[in-house]
Amino acid sequence: MRWVVPEAEHMAEGTLGCQGCGGALSMRLVLKEVGRDAVGVIPACCWSIIDGPWPTHALDIPILHTAFETAAVVATGVKAAKTVQGKDTTVIAWAGDGGTFDIGLQALSGAAERNEDILFICYDNEAYMNTGIQRSSSTPTGTWTTTTPDQRPEARPKKDIMGIIAAHRIPYAATATAAYPEDLERKVKTAVATKGGMRFLHLLSVCPPGWKMEAYQAIEVMRRAVRSKVFPLYEIKNGREYTITRWPDEIPLEEYFKLQGRFKPLLKDPEMLELVRGNVEERWQTLLGRHRRTHPEDVLTS
Amino acid sequence: MSERLLLTGNHAAAYGAMLSRAEVISAYPITPQTMIVELLSELTASGRLPAKFITVESEHSAMAACVGASAAGARSYTATSGQGLALMHEMLHWAVGARLPIVLTNVSRAMAPGWSIWSDQSDILSQRDVGWMMLFAESVQEAQDFILWMYRVAEQVFLPGMVGMDAFILSHTAEPLIVHDQAAVDEYLPKFEPLYDLDPAQPRAYGGLVNRDHYFELRYKIYENMERAGKLLIEAGEEFGEVLGHKYQPLEGFMLDDAEYVFVSAGAMTSNIRQAVRDMRDRGIKAGLLRVIAFRPFPVAAIRKVLAGRKKVAVLDRNMSSGHSGIFAAEIRSALLGQPDAPPIHGYIVGIGGRDVRVETGEQILEDLLRREEPEMALFVGVKGLPIGPVRPDYQIPKLEPLEVVP
Repeated sequence: MRWVVPEAEHMAEGTLGCQGCGGALSMRLVLKEVGRDAVGVIPACCWSIIDGPWPTHALDIPILHTAFETAAVVATGVKAAKTVQGKDTTVIAWAGDGGTFDIGLQALSGAAERNEDILFICYDNEAYMNTGIQRSSSTPTGTWTTTTPDQRPEARPKKDIMGIIAAHRIPYAATATAAYPEDLERKVKTAVATKGGMRFLHLLSVCPPGWKMEAYQAIEVMRRAVRSKVFPLYEIKNGREYTITRWPDEIPLEEYFKLQGRFKPLLKDPEMLELVRGNVEERWQTLLGRHRRTHPEDVLTS
Repeated sequence: MSERLLLTGNHAAAYGAMLSRAEVISAYPITPQTMIVELLSELTASGRLPAKFITVESEHSAMAACVGASAAGARSYTATSGQGLALMHEMLHWAVGARLPIVLTNVSRAMAPGWSIWSDQSDILSQRDVGWMMLFAESVQEAQDFILWMYRVAEQVFLPGMVGMDAFILSHTAEPLIVHDQAAVDEYLPKFEPLYDLDPAQPRAYGGLVNRDHYFELRYKIYENMERAGKLLIEAGEEFGEVLGHKYQPLEGFMLDDAEYVFVSAGAMTSNIRQAVRDMRDRGIKAGLLRVIAFRPFPVAAIRKVLAGRKKVAVLDRNMSSGHSGIFAAEIRSALLGQPDAPPIHGYIVGIGGRDVRVETGEQILEDLLRREEPEMALFVGVKGLPIGPVRPDYQIPKLEPLEVVP
């Protein structure tokens, strides 16, 4: 199903994002669907910079900057105040992978467990990019970063944040990427409409300087992440009902990895590459199984 | 109508939050503060206090939720103690920088390890430099009233404030409490009027990137407003008397007029020291007491005035800053430095980890004070086997006997 991307722009030109920044593009697309009756809460992340130094501000919604680990709970506080004031404003927590997977996880889990009426969006560039490319628990196996150098690339798989979120049984969670804007817009629309509880969007967000790649290939790289099943697009309702929203055409993993300098150690290590291949396939099969259980009538997948 | 009830300090604090019509409350349980959280849960669940209560997963998040709620224009309140206040530290700074008039009650307890839930003011005084206003309550009545007093000033200077009360001695001790008439409180503390409230119609960014050409001025404004708060605390304390029947002030003197030996104290232990001073007067010793209520802003000018020309001053600290002295003593020495007629300041460390500070403790300190020629930075009172005096590097603390187990 295609969805028309709204024409309205709520992000000014000339932000401080790098060329090809997936985080900046994600914000632009998300706000198109969210509109102006919203408040954003941004912890320490690239977007602390992208929005511009005082007195500049790139967005059509108010932004409250906050400490690294507090996006979910500051958003909770903002929402509580709006509720007491009788306002139905959408409150968005907008965090990077550090502020979601790592330092922000405790407050995120607390808000998810309490089913707070907020929309948490993680723009995931798979490392601490704002501080200059250090590994996070979102960094995938075999990746080079400044703290996982060529001699000791990232050994562990990327943390399954969607699995953790699903375990909290929140009303709505989905993965998406700006490379498939119709899919992204539909999920944002669903998330905004699912009022009264916690909503979570996990957006893979390309970082050309951190991923050691050409900025002009930003969209292509994110597409290949989806096509190769590295980053499947799906949604989860109530932590149980899984729906794959875009079927990958299963291009070889190498097609995704080879465009990015950060995967050089992985591509040089056949054993590690096979391990990654196995992990990607295992996660895909798990997801597929859950999709089938949710949609037994879906003849295409059964 | 106001009513007179028999309540603990913790319950008085919850009533203070209710009377102030807090709109968002976010807190995490910690002994000995827990009763505040419990009563506020009941008051919000029953609708008696129509506030949103957020049961967060940590104290750091409790303060963060208050930051979000206050930034969105709601009067926000939390309560904590010891380890919890320490965990909040980062967000305490945030509340100041964001200029949010949040009010917090801290039930002071000792810091771990070893685990101790007992009375000790090291927790709150460790937050000296975060930029919060700080008041020290001595009674259950003050544990309630100071919350109102604090909001009254905080919302004029857009700075947060905390009210300290001592673990158990105040938090769990029941005293008669006047719960003020709500209409009178509303007159004293009108609805919070925020300057900004994250209104989507005015899409601004708050707390973002500032470069070297602006940050210094933002901090200067914080200092300036803390100075203003010094005057406002006096005014708001007087108004409290006019509207609600009891005048409060940043400092409180007792038998000071002709006093030669002045004791300085803060918090609940002051009550025993006051009795000790009475006893000293009965013996013909010209003793007096200065109670520090406002620690931030520190009433420097008033302290200089009131202590000038005294023979000796004994500052009692239920806290310590290792490598220097008790923190109140350090502050008072600093305020008096270079003043004409400045008295010698003798620093006494007392009651660490909840050890009793009795009326007799005050008398022992007086004996030491009368004898002592030169003031010391930190004189320890009540360490086992050690007479009152400074730390002795060669002193062996007697072997601690384990508690006898009764079968």
